[in-house]
Amino acid sequence: MPIQGEYQGMMLTIDDLDGENRDFFRHCAEGSFHLQRGTKSGLLRYPPTTACPWTSERESEWVPVEGKGEVHSYVEVHHAIQPAFKDKVPYLVLLVDLDTQKGAPTEHEALRVAGNLMTADGEFAPPEMIKSVGIGTRVKMIFVQVADGFALPHWVIDGDATQPETPWRYPQE
Amino acid sequence: MVASGASDVDTSTSKHLRGKYAICGIGETSYRRGSDQTTRSLATWAIKNAMDDAGMNAGDVDGMLSYSGNDSTFSTFVAGDLGIRLNFYMDVHGGGSSTECLIGIAIGVIEAGLCKTVAIYRAMNGFSAVRIGGTGARSAAPVTGDQIHHRAYGWQSAGQMFAPSFLRHMYDYGTTPEQVAHVKAAHSNHASNNPKAYYKTRLTPEDVVNSRVICKPLHLLDCCVETDNATCIIVTGIDRARDCPNPPAVIQAIAGRTCKPRADMHYQHGPISTVAGYYAKDILWPNAGVGPEDIDVTGAYDAFTFTAMLQLEDYGFCKKGEGGDYVSSGIINLGGARPNNTSGGHLCEGYTHGMSMVIENTRQLRGEVDDFCPIGPDGKRQHTYDYAEGGCRQVKGAELTANLGWANPGTGSAMVMAKDR
Repeated sequence: MPIQGEYQGMMLTIDDLDGENRDFFRHCAEGSFHLQRGTKSGLLRYPPTTACPWTSERESEWVPVEGKGEVHSYVEVHHAIQPAFKDKVPYLVLLVDLDTQKGAPTEHEALRVAGNLMTADGEFAPPEMIKSVGIGTRVKMIFVQVADGFALPHWVIDGDATQPETPWRYPQE
Repeated sequence: MVASGASDVDTSTSKHLRGKYAICGIGETSYRRGSDQTTRSLATWAIKNAMDDAGMNAGDVDGMLSYSGNDSTFSTFVAGDLGIRLNFYMDVHGGGSSTECLIGIAIGVIEAGLCKTVAIYRAMNGFSAVRIGGTGARSAAPVTGDQIHHRAYGWQSAGQMFAPSFLRHMYDYGTTPEQVAHVKAAHSNHASNNPKAYYKTRLTPEDVVNSRVICKPLHLLDCCVETDNATCIIVTGIDRARDCPNPPAVIQAIAGRTCKPRADMHYQHGPISTVAGYYAKDILWPNAGVGPEDIDVTGAYDAFTFTAMLQLEDYGFCKKGEGGDYVSSGIINLGGARPNNTSGGHLCEGYTHGMSMVIENTRQLRGEVDDFCPIGPDGKRQHTYDYAEGGCRQVKGAELTANLGWANPGTGSAMVMAKDR
């Protein structure tokens, strides 16, 4: 049976055969972010893949990874393309550099994990919160349930972290 | 590093086919919204127009290539319509950056003896049917597997997907929205001299930054137009091309769908403000035997203002980080040192997934750009080189062109063409 759930007006489906995505989203549903680690390379990768992008090695194991990091870049959507997001604008898609494995194996690489900016209770962030977030903002991961065994990772502002004085924002508000 | 000399390239090997193939025919439908035609019909019209342009009949074309995103008609149908018996055809999945790449494939299959002349087409109802902006059927399609990692976040359309690169370029190098808006201003000026252009109104950078925000940093006028159209390019060997009525646009070098690392999710490997041209330039310039400084006209893909800017920068037309200065300096305008997208490009003329920019540069090399200049008694346009609104768009003495095709920040293609000797 495929895992299916309606989320924001969209039907999201993980096929039976798609073991990698089933494992990825099941860990999220259990409230713990996991990534595959190449058993020989020791390197984590995102999103799920069948082999290690650095060594082509196919053996891997799922390991827990801390869901904390810094906004590397973002999209602030004001005109929604998908019908499901029309009543969510403006909304932010964040591309977050995880602290884990940042700058490895080479200087410009990082585990850049996508997600929306949410409030702590899993609602889309209101406009005033969006205006406080930019490149450099410290964020931590939360999970929003889609179905049994299926949750999506998202981001919230990390209230415990030291935040940059003025995160970089696109100059026109 | 710019490779301006050819001394390190062994042009005697079959690896380097510089100057041995050419574009001998080009064809378009009109660029409009509401074609009232199927893609089969659009393709057939564009290919026939290209055959007429090349002075060819059905028996002269024996190869066909097309690309689409499940929104077009396959080669076998249009070949049948036109009475073309194919020795080779292939219909591939793809959008932007396919044009130059498929020209490279055409050269390869002709060189391998599979066929002699290839018609490449892209037929699309990009406004009336499968909308290029991603609304309608595309955004309503079921979300499965690997797509969940972006589409579930409302991160799907081209503008939404590319925006992190654009914003990061502003962050890394101080590029401003006003600088990049000059791309639209320049292309709109060019389009005002193009009778075919869907949008012919001249705009200023202020018009662009004052238009409504779609997704930051993209305003409405930073985004390309959606249109219905088909386009065709015919490729053949240089000797055959020289027998055609129009001067050949001689192909010097191609980079085809060159990728950044991690093509599955290119943002994993930065700098994310650098695009695939950074890698493609090392194939393009050595094989062409020229460098960016030698190029007279560019065709940097303008799905968005930012895509043209990023590619011009990473192919070495300016220093890394100075793309904003380059596009706002006047260089890319008609009358400037190296105009970009003299047809008005995807921002103004119409959206073709790259084909029309190669067609425009072919016309530039022929000296036969279809602008508002009068046609003389010999049937040729008498170009005035007056680039005022409603005038000329022929670049004086255009001998070398570069097309820079864009699929996404992580994938691109490119081609250098030359006027025949």
